[in-house]
Amino acid sequence: MQFATATETNSRPGAGAGKPPVLELRNVSISYFVRAGEMKVVPNISFKLGQGEAIGLVGESGCGKSTVAFAVMQYLGTVGRVTGGQVLFEGKDLAKLSPAELRALRGRKISMVYQDPMSSLNPVIPIGKQLMEVPMIHFGENEQQARARALQMLREVNLPDPETMMTRYPHQLSGGQQQRVVIAMALMAEPSLLVMDEPTTGLDVTVEAAVLDLVARLREKHNTAIVFISHNLGTVVRICDRIGVMYAGELVEEGPIADVFRNPRHPYTRGLLSCIPTLGADKNSRPLTAIPGQVPSILNRPKGCVFQPRCRFAIAERCSQDPLPTLSLSERHRVKCVRAEELPSHDKLPQGIEAVAIGDQPVDAEAVLRIAHLRKTYHQSTGMFGGKGYDVHAVDNIELEANRGQTLAIVGESGCGKSTLAKVLTGIELGSAGMVTLAGKEISQIPVEDREADTKRAVQMVFQNPDSTLNPSHSIGYVMERAIRKLRGLSGREAKNETSTLLKTVNLPLEFASRMPRQLSGGQKQRVAIARALAGEPDLILADEPVSALDVSVQAAIINLLVDIQAKRGATLIFISHDLSVVRYLADYVAVMYLGQVMEFGRTDEIFAPPYHPYTEALLSAVPIADPDVHQRRIILEGAIPSPQNRPKGCPFATRCPRKLGPICDNEAPPMQTTASGHRIACHIPLDDLKKVDKVVVA
Amino acid sequence: MAMSDTAGAVTRTWARVSLLRESPVGMVGAFLVVFWVLVAIFAPVISPFGPNSNDLDALVDPTPNAIHWFGTDMQGRDILARVIWGSRTVLTVAPVAVAIAYAIGSLLGLLAGYYRGWADTVINRISDIILSFPAIVLYIIVIMRFGPSALNIILAVIFIASPQIMRIVRGMTLELREREYVAAAKMRGESALYIMFIEILPNARGPLIVDACLRMGYTTIAIGVLGFLGLGLPPPTPDWGGMVKDSYALMSIFPHMALFPAAAITSLVVGFSLLADGMREISMRD
Repeated sequence: MQFATATETNSRPGAGAGKPPVLELRNVSISYFVRAGEMKVVPNISFKLGQGEAIGLVGESGCGKSTVAFAVMQYLGTVGRVTGGQVLFEGKDLAKLSPAELRALRGRKISMVYQDPMSSLNPVIPIGKQLMEVPMIHFGENEQQARARALQMLREVNLPDPETMMTRYPHQLSGGQQQRVVIAMALMAEPSLLVMDEPTTGLDVTVEAAVLDLVARLREKHNTAIVFISHNLGTVVRICDRIGVMYAGELVEEGPIADVFRNPRHPYTRGLLSCIPTLGADKNSRPLTAIPGQVPSILNRPKGCVFQPRCRFAIAERCSQDPLPTLSLSERHRVKCVRAEELPSHDKLPQGIEAVAIGDQPVDAEAVLRIAHLRKTYHQSTGMFGGKGYDVHAVDNIELEANRGQTLAIVGESGCGKSTLAKVLTGIELGSAGMVTLAGKEISQIPVEDREADTKRAVQMVFQNPDSTLNPSHSIGYVMERAIRKLRGLSGREAKNETSTLLKTVNLPLEFASRMPRQLSGGQKQRVAIARALAGEPDLILADEPVSALDVSVQAAIINLLVDIQAKRGATLIFISHDLSVVRYLADYVAVMYLGQVMEFGRTDEIFAPPYHPYTEALLSAVPIADPDVHQRRIILEGAIPSPQNRPKGCPFATRCPRKLGPICDNEAPPMQTTASGHRIACHIPLDDLKKVDKVVVA
Repeated sequence: MAMSDTAGAVTRTWARVSLLRESPVGMVGAFLVVFWVLVAIFAPVISPFGPNSNDLDALVDPTPNAIHWFGTDMQGRDILARVIWGSRTVLTVAPVAVAIAYAIGSLLGLLAGYYRGWADTVINRISDIILSFPAIVLYIIVIMRFGPSALNIILAVIFIASPQIMRIVRGMTLELREREYVAAAKMRGESALYIMFIEILPNARGPLIVDACLRMGYTTIAIGVLGFLGLGLPPPTPDWGGMVKDSYALMSIFPHMALFPAAAITSLVVGFSLLADGMREISMRD
């Protein structure tokens, strides 16, 4: 297994040196013209990108990253316009080109990859034909030449069996494969600039790792300059040489990855870095620091520094000067902060991957929830008249327990059955076999409508999607009072008082009771959802990806809130997530699921150190870590997660396992191996051999 | 508690309606509809004559003149008066019928979409059967069987519109029942009726309001057509469709007898359609 470090990939000697920049933005301002007037989304942005260089633009949603990408493509739609400055591509001002000249440039010299591959592929044309169009249009090649080139490109992006792939339609491919096809298409004409807008955001983490690896490799090979847009700092570290941090439409800090991460100078960059959990820390070693406040609305942007209202280092007189100068700290490291040079050095948080002891845990903690041999099978009928159909084992023979007052995290990629498990626990779905006992009572066979009042009170849930968790027709106060009345039997004054107590618990002002959900931000909605779940003083709180739809700064606040509430109320938390960094931070116990089965279960520190299940190992290696100094062993999983209906007969992970032993893995279900401390691994490889691997993540 | 929320809902709905000012098309529609509603309400005040009073002098020359602005019909009745009084017929029958059809259609749609299973199958099959006939044929069958009267027209409209409304509500319920706030309601032990009417139905209101406006227009047309076929309100009740039918034979000599009631129907239908457009425009806003 090769040891590739982030720094190695990032240092590209001589990249761009001495040559004219491929892309240069000079004081570009971009506005959208809407009913409410002109929205200056990006007031003034400048950066250069040398040949073969990659810059990552990061920032939270709404900060103008995608707008910049579209400005580079000169494709801002009917309402958007570049209102000032120049976008220079290889020295030419793109605004001065005719539509025909622009068309000749797009796809040939500048290509773009979007977040959703399905929207870039034509669903009714086979992949091969779509790929062949590129050289046929741009180079006037004939069909044979174009075909040969398409085949070669499919091989380059590691798609299996390129010949058959050519004849497939987009819907017959998995998300990861589709994105590879889009990347292949973008690179087909060997463009000098590739713009990628969140290209891996919809993908599972192991698939994301493979795609990122591919992009890094192809960039090396074709010497393509890349503008890489992401909200995930970790993915930027993997791909780029330079990083540009955007906030409210402004590039607040820009420089080489190593400089910016080791010595972040802008308070917002620092804020971003300290609010994301890295694989090193957990809730007992340090709290995450959320950035207080919210991104200002574009229509009333503060004078001077845009970050000033949220900045703890702000000094009113100095930070309000307009225009705010951009400081150059070194030749390539620029910061838009007047205090950049005088701020204390950023104390780098403990990154040691050495397991931090998880407090003094009572060894004989009482298990509140026991899940034994739980199965959930859906029958999928085929054809119009039912046919025979097949069974989908969404949850297959799961064995888990959760202790009072502790957090059990369930991690896994999409389709691993983690949400189905949550539905069975809540009673929204019934278990097909096995038992779930909550404080000794069986609950998996009772639909939620028929559960005893006390069981309903005891089990509550926080959902994933902030936009659908609250009824848009009901005010926050109504939602809270209703929950309090149904779960606790309080009404009138008492319910009002309890509402204010709960809103205070989740750090929301009282006035919110009269607000409607659409007046709240995503993070605020999620806080209300947590308050609602707390209304009945539950014993068990299920949280299904509660932070995955939120921006990182808000995410930190919600995670802290959950930790805090749990510590105060002693409720058991089941935290379902695909994000191992968050899990590492929050959980006491972790269960790793794959295709409906628990592959590994143990204390958090045990999960993040050998012995690993090979799948856990791969997951750990795939997590993008926002720290160029952390070394991650690269294990790239090939292939896609099998669909649940043709699940492997033996070990579910056998088809992708890099440590597969042989036919035994394909044919026999792996034994559950248990260590003395209760750490369980379902694998054919003996525990001793599993112990003999190095740590995946080393600081 | 529930009261204050209702009051809040009313203010919010009003705030949304006032958004209509930003849609010129919607404003034209609202103007036409409000115009006819006022005409219907103040018919006794503004009508120059009774709807059924005959002016025998006018029989000589029924064309529009200074006394009878819109002229008179073959029985010497003032057409302006009949158009004014006729608005009462349409604007009573249509809203009542549409409102009841909405109550029934929504209930069935909620039941089918929320419970699915056999309830869904039964409700759907029955409405499929009703919807498989052309609406006009159904109207004719119902009225021919039960006789022309305001009540029977209302019943016919309900019979034909309810399944269509059911389909819309069912479709929206199928989608809304999967929302997380519905799961949250189940988890705190809300009854099925509460979930259907308090959690789901209010969130379906946007498209339903638009559909209701359109449906008022369709119903106006239907009432006109029934009148024209002689299946409308029995004479001498003023009825726009019936007025067109009565003057049918004299269309080439005295076109005004058909023109004014026809224009009344058209303007009201256009009004409802434009209002629906405006509603759709503002509902797409956020």
